[in-house]
Amino acid sequence: MSQLSDDSGQSAAGIAEWITQNCPEKLRSQPARNRDICWGGKRWTFSSEEQRIWLENAAAAGLTAPRWPQAYGGAGLTREQEKGFREAMSRLNAPSPLESFGLWMLGPALLEFGTEEQKRHFLPQITRGEIRWCQGYSEPGAGSDLASVQTRAEDMGDHWLVNGSKIWTSYANHADWIFALVRTDRDAAKHLGISFMLIDMESEGVTTKPITLISGTSVFCETFFDNVKVPKSYGENIPAQVGQINRGWDVAKHLLTHEREMIGGGGSGAAGGILGGRSLGEFMGNLAPEVLDEPVIRAQAMELEIDSLAMGMTLERYKDMAKQGGVGNASAMLKYMGTELNKRRYELLMSATGSEGTDWDGAHGVLAPEWLRTKANSIEGGTSEVMLDILSKRVLELPSK
Amino acid sequence: MSSLLLTEDETMLRDAARGFLDEASPVSALRANRDAGRPHDPGLWREMAQMGWTGVLVPEAQGGSDMGHRAAGILSGEMGQTLAAAPFISTAVIAATALRQAAGDRLADIAGGAVTYALAVDEGPKHAPARSTMKAERAGNGFRLSGRKCFVADGGSADRLLVLARTAGTPGEDAGLTLFDIDAARAGLERHRRDTVDSRDHADIDFDGVQATGEDVVGEVDGGLSALARALDAGRAALSAELAGLSAGAFAMTTGYLKERKQFGRTIGSFQALQHRAAHLWSEIEVTASAIANAGRVLDEAPDAAELAVSVAKARATATAKLAVSEGVQMHGGIGMTDEFDMGFFMKRARVGAEWLGDYGFHAARVAAARGF
Repeated sequence: MSQLSDDSGQSAAGIAEWITQNCPEKLRSQPARNRDICWGGKRWTFSSEEQRIWLENAAAAGLTAPRWPQAYGGAGLTREQEKGFREAMSRLNAPSPLESFGLWMLGPALLEFGTEEQKRHFLPQITRGEIRWCQGYSEPGAGSDLASVQTRAEDMGDHWLVNGSKIWTSYANHADWIFALVRTDRDAAKHLGISFMLIDMESEGVTTKPITLISGTSVFCETFFDNVKVPKSYGENIPAQVGQINRGWDVAKHLLTHEREMIGGGGSGAAGGILGGRSLGEFMGNLAPEVLDEPVIRAQAMELEIDSLAMGMTLERYKDMAKQGGVGNASAMLKYMGTELNKRRYELLMSATGSEGTDWDGAHGVLAPEWLRTKANSIEGGTSEVMLDILSKRVLELPSK
Repeated sequence: MSSLLLTEDETMLRDAARGFLDEASPVSALRANRDAGRPHDPGLWREMAQMGWTGVLVPEAQGGSDMGHRAAGILSGEMGQTLAAAPFISTAVIAATALRQAAGDRLADIAGGAVTYALAVDEGPKHAPARSTMKAERAGNGFRLSGRKCFVADGGSADRLLVLARTAGTPGEDAGLTLFDIDAARAGLERHRRDTVDSRDHADIDFDGVQATGEDVVGEVDGGLSALARALDAGRAALSAELAGLSAGAFAMTTGYLKERKQFGRTIGSFQALQHRAAHLWSEIEVTASAIANAGRVLDEAPDAAELAVSVAKARATATAKLAVSEGVQMHGGIGMTDEFDMGFFMKRARVGAEWLGDYGFHAARVAAARGF
């Protein structure tokens, strides 16, 4: 297996060559569907042998997490190299080998706050797709007010005793582990008594219950902790918590910033969704010609395209800003603008496809569920209103009274 | 492509421009100009020339500083913040870009601040260069120009004019247009001041058999639109930057007011209804800022592919400026409607800038064409 990070593998031609050799032809020649998204985990069943081979090859080369250090299962690519790699993937129509909350959320938090041993223990399992993670943040009745965490972890000497429940835990019913916010000090100020804890979902007392959504699917779950014993450590210098006890809010905040940038950037739809790699114009061009002759649809499409292009430039600018030392609370803007834009995009696609779009099995296949899914964009990860609160209070520093 | 973030040099340029304009041309200067019936202050233009702004797109060999379109956008943006009136876009951006391809010593005059230009293309209230009907008939070795150009920005005071006239073809066709660079004092040329809401220099210009020679032609005869294309896009990008600066200026004024005005026993900026609108407006301004930076970058680094980037910038800048000024007036309440207060100046300039060099629809159509629908 060639490592892409070898000097010879960093050229555009080298990257393309590597993908051609390692990503099975069959995966690249069929249109992307939801089931082609590989999530990994202990209970994962591959949709095809090709999917298994692709994950194995990509993980061996560190390319499920191109920018993570090689010591932790990544490929150690620079930002530029990663961009080249992603562009080549898109050009060759190669699906993402692995998607996971481990890659998007926990990994970046561990890289920032984890101990060396924690990183070496958990990160390679994530890059190889061995462990599927879910995120335990929201609680019933709390909504976007994350710091009002009630789930508590009591110090029992050699272990923590966890009781409480979480809601909107995406894919909790498929997850092997959860990273959760738990209250470890009930007397401390709201933000100062919270810890960021890693819990095995197979522990006794953990149960999940899917929540059926308007899209007919049940991506989200309720997760219950009933006298769950969580060992204080998973090995020497591998504590159950990330960062310090009672300072989990710092980790959560860092991770949320990351999540907002990700959702704002068009989200996790790495398989491409209904638009795939196509521009709106290309998509519309494949519909009945009269669709684009309709003045309102045409006007909306043009506006959307202008705003989408400008948003793309903004993501680029903010990525560079992040590299130079920080975006901070302004990331709430990316989340707000990105998700509102995505909702508009799907409203337009529904209009453009007409009644066909309302059929679960219509000619455009996944459109209806995707359209319904976008309605959650401006709720999850903090509602649009919470984002506007963050911007007005922390960025614009408008007065509180 | 380079990063969309400002480099150290660009940050210095911006800070210097901001410091200078705050001092030399605050919004009160626009008010003073208006009250004196003076569309712009020649003294300000001379100072801009001394700082090298007029030569921002002129090669060093001709005495310019040749800093590029991003830098031109930064300067233009700062002028937008304080509504500084100067023939900067017409002269230092559009004319300099157009004449750069033709070479000649006029670039040195632009860089030195000795000459100002206006671009005379449109013949009606909407920007539509290809629809030009103005005739340039061959006469001996030269041409005779007849017709009328409308809403010529800086046209009342410019020393020279870039004029688009038809040497062949029919209105609506790109081909058959020729670009002339002529002295505004030439016989047969008559200017009529327009009294536009932004209190700046706009004019209609009548051409009655104005003589031009082959030497006055910029680019190829019948190929005027392609000679002008890059200059138009440069002007549109700079104008977008001005509108973005204007949006930021109006926004700063608005948030300042939200932080200080009290009603119902509270600072109005503490009301969530206003906070959310302010935060939304700020978000729009941020997204537009990216499009502006990108347009300058693409003009500098891949000018042949600039059309899409420039039109995204102009469309976004137009829409954002409109939002910034209408929210500005609304959040100020009644005082925002008074002439005594400055917000109205922002609103009026935004409207003029929205139309000049192509409105939202004009640029949306260009984006649509470039994106395949």
